[in-house]
Amino acid sequence: MTVLSCSGLRRRFGDVLAVDDVSFTIGEGETYGLLGPNGAGKTTTISMITGVLERDAGEVVVAGVPMSTRTVAAKRLVGYVPQELALYPDLTGRENLRFFASLHGAARSRVEHVLGVVGLADRADDLAREYSGGMKRRLNVAIGLLHEPKLLVLDEPTAGVDPQSRNQIIENVRTLAAGGMAVLYTTHYMEEAERLCDRVGVIDSGRLVAEGTRRELVERLGERDRISLQLEGDLARAAAVAGAVPSVHGVSAHGHGLELVVDDAREALPAVLSAISTGGAVVRAAEFDEPNLETVFLHLTGKALRE
Amino acid sequence: MRHALLIAGRDLRERARDRTAYLLAVVLPLGLAGIFSLVLGNLADGEVFHYVVADSDRGEIARTFTGDVLGQAASSGAIEVRSVSSEQEARALVDDGAATAAFLLPAGLTQDVLAGRAARIEVVGDVDAPTGTQVARSLAGSYADRLAAVRVAVAATVHSGVTTDPSLLSVEAAAALPQTAVATDTTARRELDAKTRYAAGMAVFFLFFAVQSGVTGLLDERRTGTLARLLAAPVRRSSILAGKILTSVAVGLVSTTLLIFATSLLMGAHWGNPAGVALLVVTGVLAATGVMAVVAASARTAEQASGWQAITAIVLGALGGAFFPVAQAGGLLEQLSPIAPHHWFLRGLADLAGGGSVLPAAAAMTAFAVVTGSIALVLFRKVVRP
Ligand SMILES: Nc1ncnc2c1ncn2[C@@H]1O[C@H](COP(=O)(O)OP(=O)(O)OP(=O)(O)O)[C@@H](O)[C@H]1O
Ligand SMILES: [Mg+2]
Repeated sequence: MTVLSCSGLRRRFGDVLAVDDVSFTIGEGETYGLLGPNGAGKTTTISMITGVLERDAGEVVVAGVPMSTRTVAAKRLVGYVPQELALYPDLTGRENLRFFASLHGAARSRVEHVLGVVGLADRADDLAREYSGGMKRRLNVAIGLLHEPKLLVLDEPTAGVDPQSRNQIIENVRTLAAGGMAVLYTTHYMEEAERLCDRVGVIDSGRLVAEGTRRELVERLGERDRISLQLEGDLARAAAVAGAVPSVHGVSAHGHGLELVVDDAREALPAVLSAISTGGAVVRAAEFDEPNLETVFLHLTGKALRE
Repeated sequence: MRHALLIAGRDLRERARDRTAYLLAVVLPLGLAGIFSLVLGNLADGEVFHYVVADSDRGEIARTFTGDVLGQAASSGAIEVRSVSSEQEARALVDDGAATAAFLLPAGLTQDVLAGRAARIEVVGDVDAPTGTQVARSLAGSYADRLAAVRVAVAATVHSGVTTDPSLLSVEAAAALPQTAVATDTTARRELDAKTRYAAGMAVFFLFFAVQSGVTGLLDERRTGTLARLLAAPVRRSSILAGKILTSVAVGLVSTTLLIFATSLLMGAHWGNPAGVALLVVTGVLAATGVMAVVAASARTAEQASGWQAITAIVLGALGGAFFPVAQAGGLLEQLSPIAPHHWFLRGLADLAGGGSVLPAAAAMTAFAVVTGSIALVLFRKVVRP
């Protein structure tokens, strides 16, 4: 079932066309990563989806409820975790949660529940201003979970936090998605997107330039996994036996080494190694090169994801 | 409305934890009002002078002095007067420090005056109370000046031969005396006493700072990002605005009420009839909220808004007479004064003290609130616009 469907989203700020004709959908239990360099239009897109920002064009439909005509009803279905730490520093963690719970009409018991989920139960009565950066981030996430939304939108929820809090947040998102929640996630951390996202959309200068699973994107670019080997022994014979392994699509020799083009480097490696040792050569070193989202990203936008 | 109350409730909870808020809303205005009334408050209000009168004359001129001149000064609450039977007793009381000063009206005072002869009222002052003595001297002195005028007139009348009956002259002369005093009194009754004036001036001046927090809070929340959360919540935008305005109004009402009680108890300010004061406070708070909301809504950031609001509060406060009575300054300042809600607040209190109606002042402040409130709402749409 489609939980989020946005089509033809457009938003201009003066001369800047921040978002230009962006369309995508997210299904139940699916985690969708929106990746793009600084200023690409991720936050602007998300703000239109959450109803915080007016759209110049396009429509957002959440679980069948259009944001344009049934704004309040649609907003009830969306949980929002803004990029900035949107907390009241002079209220305690629990007070922050209680305020947003009552604003969303969520039950009081949900406050205790989400405090447990993000691991803040024992610090719930401290002022938010006294929290560490990671704790603030977790509270920021917790607020978005209060009313059990169908769609959870997280705008760089792990920006600048310690690995412990980061892992906690990622695990939280995974669990929620496994429970059927649709998740829209932006991040600058590629490994995070690879760990978490079923599908990603790459946005650059306001346009969605590519979309799909990691493997789909990688293949669309004509990129393949590669294995590089340093050998001792008969290089020509080694190349011949390695080339005969079924998952190997190409072999090239250079100096004391071979480079193999394969489907999946990790899967192919054992078969390749055993073939080469049967052929009489000794493997001194092996390396793989898996084209990842970073490569895809660099290729599509000409920019590194983190600057 | 439920959402507006939730938003205002949260604001107030946060505000209640902010110590500087109390400082600005209560401690500072109270302290300043106290200092102003101590330093600048007119003498009549600062302390009460105790005078004694020894009337050895018992004639018309002496009675006019004790009854009208001193009597009126006493009715303003500035002095206390009592009669003693002899000069010796009067001098003794002053020496003991039981009286600030004594007026000695010599025997034959009335006759001397009516005969056109020089007459004098003697003032004996306590050396330790120079101000009180000075006030006594000036009371006696101004009466003596008027007596001199009467004496000249009497002498002229006697010489012209129109009438020579001394008793008739004495009645005429006495009748001529208190009139000016009565006339000054009616204008004086439309003014607040100094303590109340400073208390009210500071209260209305700081009211404009007190109401700042709510409406400027919207800009603060935009900066910190919590506004995005409010906008993403299933809440109407008008409820967010209403919540912020409610915060301002609540803080304004609470701080002004606290100040009214505090200045009454600690400074002895007389605010007047509670219903009238309540009406002025409510309309004053609305007007202040409206004015500050317009300023906040015109600013781009919370910092900019606070700066502009401080300037607005100070300029309007000065124009409206929160620091000093602009009516005394006259000219352009006096003419401009009604553009400040402060003017109407203070005027309403003065009217109330003078037995008049607070309705004109309350109506003026309501008009301020309606006009500025409407402008602010239009401007604020821009801030919460999606
Ligand atoms: N309120 C605004 N007023 C004017 N321009 C804006 C506004 N918000 C965003 N922009 C512009 O729109 C473009 C997209 O900004 P956006 O915040 O959506 O980028 P982003 O992808 O979220 O970037 P980042 O990774 O840095 O968070 C940028 O050029 C930005 O300067
Ligand atoms: Mg962003």
